[in-house]
Amino acid sequence: MTDPTYDVPLILGEHSLGSRLLVGTGKYADFEETARALEVSGTDCVTVAVRRVNLDASKGPSLLDHIDRERYVVLPNTAGCFDAKSAVRTCVLSRDLLGTKLVKLEVLGDETTLLPDPVGTLEATEELVSQGFDVMVYCSDDPRMCVRLAELGATAVMPAGSPIGSGQGILNPNAIRIILELVETCPVIVDAGVGKASDVCAAFELGVEGVLLNSAIALAQDPLRMAAAMRDAASAGRQTYLAGPIPKRLHANASSPTEGMIAGTSLSAAAGVS
Amino acid sequence: MSWRDRSGELRVVRGPGFWNDVFRPRTLLHRTLKIVLNGSPMDVADAIVVDELVETLALAPELVAVEVNGELVARAEREGVQLAEGDDVELVTLVGGG
Repeated sequence: MTDPTYDVPLILGEHSLGSRLLVGTGKYADFEETARALEVSGTDCVTVAVRRVNLDASKGPSLLDHIDRERYVVLPNTAGCFDAKSAVRTCVLSRDLLGTKLVKLEVLGDETTLLPDPVGTLEATEELVSQGFDVMVYCSDDPRMCVRLAELGATAVMPAGSPIGSGQGILNPNAIRIILELVETCPVIVDAGVGKASDVCAAFELGVEGVLLNSAIALAQDPLRMAAAMRDAASAGRQTYLAGPIPKRLHANASSPTEGMIAGTSLSAAAGVS
Repeated sequence: MSWRDRSGELRVVRGPGFWNDVFRPRTLLHRTLKIVLNGSPMDVADAIVVDELVETLALAPELVAVEVNGELVARAEREGVQLAEGDDVELVTLVGGG
């Protein structure tokens, strides 16, 4: 008996992921909550940031002590980089730390909007690909930008639904649909702006291959409960997409048969039975 | 500090630490380097190599990556790279982020 919910894995570089939810490790109350939320979410891939060692607190616990690298693919990001050079340096450092070449590139334009700088993003992508990295690229929901990044050899394009941490969901679903039409050589993963489970579900229903989120879980009133909601939403949305939902119609399409009605009902009168 | 006066005679001025250094026991005359570590100035032992620096700071070596003057020092090379005066060192690790 085949599994009606069978799905292929999400391929990112050398990694094969069963869950299509990618979860960040920032902004939780403590490391224990982080680890628990990741577990509840069912994710197989977690993002981390690269920062200076805190020399005063260097003897304390580290995030890496709480993340099982056998269980999760650890995806370093270049959050906080505002130019291509520092983003490339960050990736080089993270490759030395983790021994893997999968990175998530962010080259930001300004601190208020945290919107990606398109020119810096393209430069860094080209440089990182030439240095042998598998680059997943955070970008705006501009379809032409996504096409450019895919042509440069990005491992995934990651258009934002709305600004990072803003909880506005997918502001421009049609842009995401066009990106999905135009980008065929790598997965499209919505990154940034997710707030609720319905946002995750909506993203997958459009056909995206993955969703990355952090604040929606970490800053929820009950992060563990929200992690469970997001896990279910990812599944519901992805299965809806794979199941081929009905189209929207202007008029009704009866769910019950239109023949065999007993006499005296308007449908039987229309069929000529008295 | 020394200079020649108008008549050509060499004049020398010795700063306040000079005699301290002369009479200080030899064992305390350690040479140090001034480097910049994570954006702040720091004195380290002369001829220190990168992996010794990591050890001195009591950091788990597998949890940090090191850059000197903007270039990665790969973990396999750390014992071979010696720091020099004025080096700009970045010690980074992985932290929570989205």
